[in-house]
Amino acid sequence: MNSGGVGKRLTIAPYTLWMSVFVVVPIALVIYYAFTDGHGRLTLENMKSIADYGKTFFMSIKLALFSTAICLLAAYPVAYGISRFEARRQQTTIMLVMLPMWMNFLIRTYAWMTILEGNGLINRLVRAFGGEGFSIINTNGAVVLGMVYNFLPYMILPIYTVLTKIDKSTIEAAQDLGANKASIFRRVLLPMSVPGIISGITMVFVPAVSTFVISKLLGGGKTFLIGDIIENYFLGNTGSVDYNIGAALSLVLMALILISTTVMNHFDKDMGEGGGGIVG
Amino acid sequence: MKKKVLSALLCVLVLLTVAAASGCGGKSAVLNVYNWGVYIAPGVIKQFKKETGIKVNYTTYDSNEALYSKISSGAASYDVIVPSDYMISRMIEEDMLAELNFDNIPNFQYIGDSYKSLEYDSENKYSVPYTWGNTVIFYDKTKVDAEDIAEQSIDLLWNKKYSGQILMFDNPRDAFGLALKKLGYSMNTTNKSEWEAAAAELKAQKPLVQAYVMDQIYDKMISGEALIAPYYAGDLLVMQADNPNIECYIPKEGANLFADAMCVLKTSTHKAEAEMFINFMCRTDIAVKNAEEIGYATPQMEARSLLDPSITSNRSIYPPDEDLVNAEIFINLPPDITRLQSSLWTDIKKD
Amino acid sequence: MKFLSRLYTFLVFGFLYAPIAVMVVYSFNSEKSRTNFGTFSLRWYIELFSDSVILKSLYISLVVAVLSALIATVIGTFAAVGIDGMKGAMKKAYLTVNNIPVVNPDIVTAISMMVLFVFFITRINGLNMGFGTLLIAHITFNIPYVILSVLPKLRGMDSNIYHAALDLGCPPTKSFIKVVIPEILPGIITGFIMAFTLSLDDFVISYFNSGSTAQTLPVTIYSMTKRPYSPKINALSTLLFISVMLLLVVVNARQSAGEKRGSDKRKGVR
Repeated sequence: MNSGGVGKRLTIAPYTLWMSVFVVVPIALVIYYAFTDGHGRLTLENMKSIADYGKTFFMSIKLALFSTAICLLAAYPVAYGISRFEARRQQTTIMLVMLPMWMNFLIRTYAWMTILEGNGLINRLVRAFGGEGFSIINTNGAVVLGMVYNFLPYMILPIYTVLTKIDKSTIEAAQDLGANKASIFRRVLLPMSVPGIISGITMVFVPAVSTFVISKLLGGGKTFLIGDIIENYFLGNTGSVDYNIGAALSLVLMALILISTTVMNHFDKDMGEGGGGIVG
Repeated sequence: MKKKVLSALLCVLVLLTVAAASGCGGKSAVLNVYNWGVYIAPGVIKQFKKETGIKVNYTTYDSNEALYSKISSGAASYDVIVPSDYMISRMIEEDMLAELNFDNIPNFQYIGDSYKSLEYDSENKYSVPYTWGNTVIFYDKTKVDAEDIAEQSIDLLWNKKYSGQILMFDNPRDAFGLALKKLGYSMNTTNKSEWEAAAAELKAQKPLVQAYVMDQIYDKMISGEALIAPYYAGDLLVMQADNPNIECYIPKEGANLFADAMCVLKTSTHKAEAEMFINFMCRTDIAVKNAEEIGYATPQMEARSLLDPSITSNRSIYPPDEDLVNAEIFINLPPDITRLQSSLWTDIKKD
Repeated sequence: MKFLSRLYTFLVFGFLYAPIAVMVVYSFNSEKSRTNFGTFSLRWYIELFSDSVILKSLYISLVVAVLSALIATVIGTFAAVGIDGMKGAMKKAYLTVNNIPVVNPDIVTAISMMVLFVFFITRINGLNMGFGTLLIAHITFNIPYVILSVLPKLRGMDSNIYHAALDLGCPPTKSFIKVVIPEILPGIITGFIMAFTLSLDDFVISYFNSGSTAQTLPVTIYSMTKRPYSPKINALSTLLFISVMLLLVVVNARQSAGEKRGSDKRKGVR
C-alpha cells in the first residue's frame, strides 16, 4: 500500500512523539548517566569499573547460550510438527503454546520450585520408585531450566511462522527430484527457516542474558547474573543506589546485544532470504 | 466474529475506565500507604475507609532498600510508610520524615514505654512502632544434633556438618550483622577492617549455604528442605503450625533487635489523615487483628494482653530482657560504610 | 516416525503445563505449604476473596493490560500505515527505533524509563510515579509488537483497492475505515492479543515503574518477603487460568461455527 501525503504524516505523528519521548530520550539519559558521576561531571570511571564484573558477564552469557541452544533443539521439532497440522488444529495448538504466558511468569517460576526442590515432586516421585533423590534446585542447572521454560514459546512461535510460509510444493519438488528426508531437511527446510531461527535465538537469548528473577528464585541467590547487579544498583537492594554504574552496566549489556543481533542479521542475509518477522 | 470480539473488549474497557474514574473521583483525601508485603490483616484497610471515608492506595515493598530508593528518587510520593529502625534513622538524618503531631494519635498511649524513644528515633518525634522482634536461628530439632545447639551460637550457621542444609539471609544488612556478631564485633561498627573480616566469614560460609533467601525460608524449613536458617522470631509460630519440629534460639553472641515503625513523609499532603491512619492502626481491636495475622510481637500493650497467652509467653517472640543483653538495634551506617557493605556483598554473591 | 513426533510434542506441552498443573493442584491444599499436600480444601479461595490487596492489584494488572494493549493498538496501527508509506532511510530509521524496545532486554527498557520518570518527575511539581507511569511503560513496550504484526498485512495488501475506493468517490477517511482496516484486521487483532499477553506476563517493567497509586499483581507477590508464599496466589492463578481457557473455548467454538457457514475467508488469528 502506498499513497503518501499529509494524511499519512498525521497518522504517524502520535507514534513519532511517543517513541521519541519514551524510547529515544530514556536511552539518551542512560548514556548520560553512564558517563557522568553523581554530580553530573563527565567521567569514564563507571565504564572502567565494568571490568570488575567480567566474571558475572561471562556467567550470564554462558547460561543464556546454554538455554538458547536447548530451546532451539527442543522447539524446532515442535514448530515443525505444528506446521504440519491442519489449519484449525494449528491455530489451537499455537494458542496452547501462548496460553501459559497468561499466568504471570513469576507465579510459574514459584511452581517450578515446588517441582524441583530436594523434597519436591520430582524427587518424591524418584524416591517412590526406589531411586535416589538428587538436587537440582539452587544450581545453575535450575536457572537454565527456568530460562528454557519461560522462553521456549518465544522460540517455537517464529520458527513455526516461517515453516508455515514454506510452500509445500517446494518440498514435493525436492522429493520428486529424489532427495531423501535428511537432505530435504538439510538443503531445503533448514535454510528456509533460518529467519525464524534467528528471531527465535534473539528472542530467547536477550531475556535470558538479562534476567534477575529466575536466578534469584531458582538459583537460590547463589547464581548472580548481570541483571541482578543492574537491579541492585537501581533499587539499592545491597544498600546503596548508584544510577551511574547501573547505567554503565546497562549500556554495555545493550551494546553486547546490539552486536550479537547485528552479527545474526548478517548471517540471516547470507543464508536465507531475510524478512522473517520477529512475531507471527 | 472478530468485530464482536473487538466490540466486547471495547465495552470491557469502557466499564473499567468508568470504574477506575469513579474510584478516583470525589474530593475526599486519598492516602498512599506503602508497607511490607502481607503485613496487615485482611479487611483492615476496608474498615478504615468505612469508618473515616478516606480512601487508601495500599502498595507494598520487599525491602527497606527498595522502599528507600523509591522515595529518595523523589518520583513516587507516599503518606504513610513502615520502615525498619536503621532506615528510620537514615530518613530522619536525610530530613525525609515529618514530625508527628501526637495529639492526633491518642492511641500512642497504648504503646509500651520500652518501645518508645529507641536509638533510631531517640526523642520519638517521627515514628510509632508497629511491630518489633529479634532475629533467631531456626533449626529442625529432629535432624540437628543436640550438642550442636547446646552452645546457642551463631556458629551453627557455619557448621560444616550441615553443609548444603543451611539457609542465609539474602539481604546484606542482616547477613553482615550475623557475621559481625560471630566475630564479636558490633553490628553497627564503622571499622572497615571489621567489615572486611565479616565479608571473609561470609565468603567462607558460601559453600555451606544451600540458598540465600528471604520469604522462601518458610517453605524450605517447613518441608525439611533446609535444616538451619536465621530469620525473624515472629515467624516461629507460622513455621511450627506446619512443621512442629522447628525450634529456634536467640544466639548468645547477640541478636538483632528490630522495630518496624509507622512514619509520615515530609512530602505528604495529607498529614492529618496519615496520623488518623496511624492512630487507627494503634487501636486495640485493629492491633490485635494485625498481631494475630502477622505473628510478630506487638508493642501495643493492651492488644498484647488480649492475645493468646501461649504466644505472649513464648520466650523467642516476647523475650525477657535478660535474653537480649547482647542484642543490638541497627542504626544507620555512614555512607562510606554503606557503600563498602554494598560492594563487599556484591563480591560475595558474584564469585 | 509420526508417533514419535506426536509423543515429543506431547512431552513438550507437558513441560509447558507442568507448573500450571502443580499450581492448580496446590490451590486446593488445606495446608499452607508449597510442598506438602494435606487434604482437599477450598480454604484459599475463601481467603482470597477477603484479601483486598491482592484483588486490587489483580484489578490493576487487568486494567493496565487492557488499556495499554488498546492504546498501543490504536497508535501502532496508524503508525504502521504511515511507516508502510515511507521509503528509504526514513523508513529504516523508524524501523530501527521501533525495534529498540523489542530487542532491548526488559530490564534495560525498565530502568531507562524509570530514569526518565525520575529525571522529569523530580523536576516538575505535582507529578508522581503511579498508575500513569505504569500505563505509559506498558504502552511503550507494546507498540512495537503491534506494528510488527500490522506491517506484514499492509505489505501484502493490494493498494489498488484503496485507490479504487477513492476513484469511486469515497472520501479518504471513509475508504480507510471501510477498505484498509478490514484488510489488515487480522494483523491488528494479532497485535492486540500479543500486546495484552506481554503486558499480563510482565513483571520487570512494572517492578521498576510502578509507584504510590498502583502496582500490578506480580509486584505485590514479589513484595511478600515478610510472609510465606501464600496459596491464595495459586487459587487466584487457577481462577484466571480457567477463565482464559473458557474464553478460548468459546472463541474457538464460535469460530468453527462461523467457518462451517463458510462465511470466514480469512485464515484467522495467529
